[in-house]
Amino acid sequence: MFQILTERFRQGYRTASYPAGPAPARPSRFQGLPILDQAKCSSGCQKCIESCPTDAIQKQNNHLQMDLGKCLFCTECVQACPEGSIEFTDEYRLSTRSRTDLVIGERELKLAAALDEKARRLFGRSLKLRQVSAGGCNACEADVNVLNTVVFDLSRFGIQFVASPRHADGLLITGPVTENMRIALLKTYEAVPEPKLVIAVGACAISGGPYFGHPEAHNGADAVVPVDLYIPGCPPSPWTILDGLLRLLGRPVDTSSVLNSATGANPELSVEFNP
Amino acid sequence: MSKLMEQLPRLQNGQAVPLQAVPVLDMREFRETIVDRPIGSTRLVAMFGHELDSGRMRIYAILADHAASMVIPFATDLLNGDSYPSLTPDCPQAHNFEREIAEQCGIVPFGHPWFKPLRYHHSYRPGHDAWSRSVSDSILPAVTDYFRVEGSEVHEVAVGPVHAGVIEPGSFRFQCHGEHVFHLEIQLGYQHRGVERALIGGPNKRTIHYVETLAGDTTIGHATAYCQAVEGLTGAIPSPRANSIRSIALELERLACHTGDLGALADDVGYLPTANYCGRLRGDFLNATGAISGNRFGRNLIRPSGVSFDIDSALSETLVGRLKPALRDVAGAAQLLWNSLSVQSRFEETGKLSQEAVEGLGIVGVAQRATGIARDVRQDFPSGIYRTMKIPVATWPSGDVFARAFVRSMEIERSGQFVIDQLQSLHSGPTQVESGPLAAESLVVSLVEGWRGAICHVGITNRESRFARYKIVDPSFHNWIGLAMSLRDQQISDFPLCNKSFNLSYCGNDL
Repeated sequence: MFQILTERFRQGYRTASYPAGPAPARPSRFQGLPILDQAKCSSGCQKCIESCPTDAIQKQNNHLQMDLGKCLFCTECVQACPEGSIEFTDEYRLSTRSRTDLVIGERELKLAAALDEKARRLFGRSLKLRQVSAGGCNACEADVNVLNTVVFDLSRFGIQFVASPRHADGLLITGPVTENMRIALLKTYEAVPEPKLVIAVGACAISGGPYFGHPEAHNGADAVVPVDLYIPGCPPSPWTILDGLLRLLGRPVDTSSVLNSATGANPELSVEFNP
Repeated sequence: MSKLMEQLPRLQNGQAVPLQAVPVLDMREFRETIVDRPIGSTRLVAMFGHELDSGRMRIYAILADHAASMVIPFATDLLNGDSYPSLTPDCPQAHNFEREIAEQCGIVPFGHPWFKPLRYHHSYRPGHDAWSRSVSDSILPAVTDYFRVEGSEVHEVAVGPVHAGVIEPGSFRFQCHGEHVFHLEIQLGYQHRGVERALIGGPNKRTIHYVETLAGDTTIGHATAYCQAVEGLTGAIPSPRANSIRSIALELERLACHTGDLGALADDVGYLPTANYCGRLRGDFLNATGAISGNRFGRNLIRPSGVSFDIDSALSETLVGRLKPALRDVAGAAQLLWNSLSVQSRFEETGKLSQEAVEGLGIVGVAQRATGIARDVRQDFPSGIYRTMKIPVATWPSGDVFARAFVRSMEIERSGQFVIDQLQSLHSGPTQVESGPLAAESLVVSLVEGWRGAICHVGITNRESRFARYKIVDPSFHNWIGLAMSLRDQQISDFPLCNKSFNLSYCGNDL
C-alpha cells in the first residue's frame, strides 16, 4: 500500500489544462492544416497533383484545391512542389460538419459548427458513443482510445464510449468501411436509438484513405450512413479528435484564430463558434 | 535435417536472389523439406501461391533457419489441377497458409483438417474457387461451419464482430460447459481491404501507404520490412545513421505498445494505478516518435534507401531528457503489478500456452518468448544496426499471462536502454542514399522483429521490375491460433485478459 502511494505521488497529476489553459503542445514537425499559396503556384505545373497518393489535390479555375478528407498528411506534395506553394502548419483544428467543407484552396477551412440547440440540449452534457472499426488500421482506433487516458480525461466533458449501441447516442466510425463490415455497421447504426449522431474519424472513414477505389471497401462511412462530423487525418491527432467532438457539442474549445489556409498569413479569420 | 534442405540455396535476411535460382522441387520433395525440417530451429515463415505467366500455379515456401541465420526459399508447381495433399496434418504451422492459398488462388489442399475461408473474399483467379462458389455469389464474413462441442448442458457463446471496446472487429465463438471453455474458434476477415491484391504491379505512390496502414500500430515494423525488401532488390545500402534512426523508431514502437499492453492487462484485472500510469506513459513514447516524424505512429518516417527525418543533437537531447523519466515511471508502474498479490493471482497460471504448442503452431514474438524460447529476429537474423548493437533476448518459461506480461516488461527495459544508447551515439551519414531500379525477376525475403513478433515480407518482381507478388505475414497471422489454444480449459471471464496478453492485429491478419 505504501508503495502504491509513493508511486502515485511520483507519477504526479497529468491531465492537460486544455481547453482552459494554453493550446495543446504539438511537436515542431507536426503536420496539421496545409496552407496553399496560390500566388506561388505556376500554372502549367502538375507535380503536387501527380505526387499525391490519394488524389487529394486538384486544380480548378487555376486554383489549387486540397481535399483534407483524402489527405494522408504525408507531405509528398510539399517535396514535389518546386515553388514551395504548399506548407503544412501545426494547426490541429480540422473538423468540419460537411464533406465539402474539407476541400480547401478557393475557400478556407470551415470548422465544424455546433449542433442545433435542441440536439445540444440532448447531447451537450452527456454524449455516449459506440465505436465501430470498419477496416481501420488501429491507428485511428488507438488515438480515439487515448482520449480515455488521464491526459485527455474525456469523461470530464461528459463524453464516453459505451459497450452497446443501445446505450449510445451515436457512432464513431473508423476505417474505409470494408464490404465485410458493411452489414455489421448498418446493424449497429440501426440499433442506436434516434436521434443519433455519426462521427467519421480519419482519412479512411471520410474518403477511403489509401483504400479509395478498392472493391473490398466503400470509400468511407458516408457511403453507408449519414455523417454529422468529419475529423480528418491519418490518423488525426487526439487533440484534433477532441477539438472536433467539443465543437460539435458547442463546448468551450481553443478559440485562438485559425490560420487562413488560402494565404497562410492572415490570422483574422475568426472561427464562428456558438458557445 | 533432410539432406535436401541442406542442399537448397540459402539467403540472408533482406538478400535478393534471381527467381531462376529458387529451386522448384517436385511435390514430394517440397513436402518433405517442410515436414522434416529441424523443428527446434526452423520455422515456416511464409507460404503462398503465385500464378505463372503460363497460367500454371506455383507454391512458394520460405523456411527460416534461426540457428544458421539464413532463410531458405523454394517452390513447387501444381501439375495436376487445382489441388495438392495438405501439409497441415504433418506440419500444423501451415494451417493458415493453406487456407489463404485456397482462398486467394482457388487451390484445394485436400486432407486439411479444418478447411474453411480465412478472410471471406473472392479468389484472385476468377473461375477458380476452392469452395466452388461462382463469381456472382456473395460471400458473407464468418458464415461457415464452426467447430462444435455437443452434449448435455454444453452451450455456445458468440461474441462480435463489433466488440464492447474501442477495438477492431472479429468473431469469437466459445464452446462451453458452464463457464468452462472447451474451445474458442476465431473467425476474422472483417477488416479485409485487399492490401496484397493492391500491391501487385507496384511499387507506386500508394505502396508505402498500404504498408504503413496494413497494421497501423506497426507502421514502423512493416515499413522497415518493406524498405529492407526494396533495398535488397535495388542494392541500396542505407547509411548507419538511417539504420540507427530506423532502430530507434522500431524500439519506440515496441516501448509504446508494450507499455500500453501492461496498462491494458492491469485494467482487465481491475488494478487501476498501473492501468492509468501506463495509459499516459504509452503516449509519452508515441509523442517521442511524433517528435521525430511529426506523427505519433511514425508515418512518413521510414522510406526506401533511408529515412525522411533526421535526429539532430538538440532533438536527441530532448528525447533522452523525456525518455529517461518515462522509462523510470514505466518501471515503477510495472513493479506495482509484480508486488500486488491480487494481480499475480489473476496473471499466474491463466491462459497457459505450452512450448510444444508454440513450436507446433509456429507462434512468434512475446507469446513464444514467454514459453522460454529465445527466438528473436533482431538476434537471429540481424539487419541494419542490430548487426552490431545487440539487445539481449528476454524470455520467461511459464507460458501464462504473467510470462507474457513479464517478458514485455523486460523488453521495455532493454529497448529503453537501447534507444537511449542510440540517441547518445548516433552514427553519421546521410539520411537518404541514391538508389536504382528494382532487380527484375527476383525474389527477396525480409524479416523484422516487430513489437508483436516476426514480420515477414516476400517480394517477387516481374520482367518490368514490378511486383508480381508481394506477400505480407504479420505476426498475428501465426498467433491468433495461440490465443485460441490458451483459452482451452479456462473460464470465459479469462478471455479479455488472455486476449490482451496477446494483443493481436485484426487488420494485419485480414490485410
